Amino acid sequence: MTISRRRGVLLGASALAVALAATACGSSSSSGKSSSSSGGAQSATVSDADLQAALTAGGNLTVWAWEPTLKKVVADFQTKYPNVHVNLVNAGTNKDEYTALQNAVKAGKGVPDVAHIEYYALPQFELAKSVANLTEFGADKLDGTFTPGPWSAVKKDGGVYGLPMDSGPMALFYNKTVFDKFGITTPPATWDEYIADAKKIHDADPSVFISNDTGDPGLTTSLIWQAGGKPYTVDGTTVGVNFASDPGTQKFTAAWQQLIDGKLLAPITSWSDAWYQGMASGKIASLSIGAWMPSSLESGVKGGSGQWRVAPLPQWTAGAKASSENGGSSLAVMQASSNKKLAYAFLKYATVDEGAQSRVDNGAFPATTKQLNSPDFLNKTDAYFGDQKINQVLADSAAAVTPGWSYLPFQVYANSIFNDTVGKAYVSGTKLSDGLKAWQDASIKYGKDQGFTVK
Amino acid sequence: MTSDTSGMSDTIRPAQPARPARLRGATPPLRAKARHAPHLRRRSVTLTALMTLMVIYSLLPLAWLAINATKSQNGLFNSFGLWFKDFSFFSNISDTFTYDHAIFTRWLLNTVLYVVVGAGGATLLATLAGYGLAKFDFPGKKAVFAIVIGAVAVPGTALAVPTFLMFSKLGLTDTPWAIIIPSLISPFGLYLMWTFSTDAVPKEMLESARVDGAGEFRTFFKVSLPLLGPGIVTVLLFNVVATWNNYFLPLIMLKDPDWYPLTLGLNDWNMQAQTAGGDAVFNLVITGSLVTIVPLIAAFLLLQRYWQSGLSAGSVKG
Repeated sequence: MTISRRRGVLLGASALAVALAATACGSSSSSGKSSSSSGGAQSATVSDADLQAALTAGGNLTVWAWEPTLKKVVADFQTKYPNVHVNLVNAGTNKDEYTALQNAVKAGKGVPDVAHIEYYALPQFELAKSVANLTEFGADKLDGTFTPGPWSAVKKDGGVYGLPMDSGPMALFYNKTVFDKFGITTPPATWDEYIADAKKIHDADPSVFISNDTGDPGLTTSLIWQAGGKPYTVDGTTVGVNFASDPGTQKFTAAWQQLIDGKLLAPITSWSDAWYQGMASGKIASLSIGAWMPSSLESGVKGGSGQWRVAPLPQWTAGAKASSENGGSSLAVMQASSNKKLAYAFLKYATVDEGAQSRVDNGAFPATTKQLNSPDFLNKTDAYFGDQKINQVLADSAAAVTPGWSYLPFQVYANSIFNDTVGKAYVSGTKLSDGLKAWQDASIKYGKDQGFTVK
Repeated sequence: MTSDTSGMSDTIRPAQPARPARLRGATPPLRAKARHAPHLRRRSVTLTALMTLMVIYSLLPLAWLAINATKSQNGLFNSFGLWFKDFSFFSNISDTFTYDHAIFTRWLLNTVLYVVVGAGGATLLATLAGYGLAKFDFPGKKAVFAIVIGAVAVPGTALAVPTFLMFSKLGLTDTPWAIIIPSLISPFGLYLMWTFSTDAVPKEMLESARVDGAGEFRTFFKVSLPLLGPGIVTVLLFNVVATWNNYFLPLIMLKDPDWYPLTLGLNDWNMQAQTAGGDAVFNLVITGSLVTIVPLIAAFLLLQRYWQSGLSAGSVKG
């Protein structure tokens, strides 16, 4: 649920990817090691009664996660099942955790039972068989429990490798006070209007920008996704990377190149302190970002209360209603866990049962249809957003996510080299399309080196 | 015995730096300053200006920290960095100590534990070893010297990962021992104590003590230790600062926030802002940082006079 933001972790990330790919080629162990099961991969061999028995019997679980709302979930879980002791560890945020996780898997020691893994990173762990296939526990029967975007992100070839914890359908978060000041009465409905508004704002006051961007792989891929682009194709260990002749990518580069050329985007990196300051002082007027943003705005930009609003993401085609996911994460059971049954029971509690509601109450954006469609959730107003019913906008976005997107099985590495390739377009004369081509070439080369068949 | 030794040390040159320092400590600092004033008359304008610049350069970040610790999160975003906005210092302080079930206090106590046991132990070991190497002859001394000098050149950061792998095998990671045991080794402190003991404890004194029938341990504790005071304080300060500020070692050794030192904890708070749904607490990060450096500043101010004389111990004075 976090946006990759630091750039210096290249070394760790690449080491991780190397190790992952190596395991992908060498290991053939599958989810049959669990003591209770005899290994029917596709059908549930563990019944709900078995899970209940595991919860009553109790035991110890180690959970690696950085998601703040899990603290309460764990506390409630332990109250309900007093025989289970959960050790919730913050082993780092996104890439830091993945590196630690991979090191532990490699060392065969200190692997947690449950790990927090973002959707874009899950294929990597799934391919390396570091995470367990949950169909054995009946996870395949949860069809319809989750919204389509997150559910497809954890499924692969009939297997389920994690349970969605949250989702990030995209929307345009904007500071209405700033928009009003520059005479923008309705938020831009298309990216063309967005560019026009960006010019309007920046021409009137050169210190104010419609948004910030210094090159963010998450945002770039999400906008290409929204435009209907499919630069990545994945079929087992056969992958394809093609930004150069992808129609969706071309829509994106055409628009974004104008914003870059006109210097219409603030040169501030997301999640930095300058970013929060820019939003607080009204220098950054809007964000195209995932639906999990409200709680970060409310805690990080307290002074913006009452000024911010949420609108649908601007469209590539006028009148369309396309959206995409930005971030979002799952909880996965590690293959090395010695108590997978109990681990899965916790997963289910945290993502489907009581935990789902508890997390939504504490500001997370749900991945479950039940919470997403509940009238309480949809009609909730928020003074921070001028009593707008923002969840309706966000839920509409969740329903409009363009299907068919997939990330690379080495996306963590690919994202880590984004700034060395595409990032150049933001600071020098390199064209965005050339930058993406360079990213494509570097990704293909890496994929080949790791033993993938690259088309 | 004590009066004997001090009488002797006055007549022997190498011990000189230690004595004035201890004497000066007995008199109020103001008077001490006044007494020295005539010597400071010769002033160079260029040097004074240069010094002033350096002082400003060094104090500016500190001033920034102190000023911004008084602002609320909103005030931080909407004000000039080097001036005051809203005064929320006391609420920041109380929030720092109560936020997230008072985890900051836990981190503070952890840090104190690591410093007391780690830096204290390192100083003790460095003193014993340095003294032993300086005052006793034994085969292989040159080899030990070479190893110690070599060890000074190897940065602790380079050893962190191998240490981690070793500790992981021993099952010590994620425990306080993972921080304390590596902190006990201080080659630089050993070297400093070695050179300091060579100069500060005259051989003649040790010999007379032995003639008087004192055993080696008694000689060490009654005769040598008082003379080594400034050196010990210097090494202690070095070790305290290094352990207090230790970041990389705990970063790779610890996963459990309950054992974090302040450095890691503050980083954790800072990282919260970079997580969607995380609570951005910039004001607490800044206030926490200020609280973190106060004990170090206090230690320096209190032990300053020992530190100065300890640093100059090896140099030729007067």
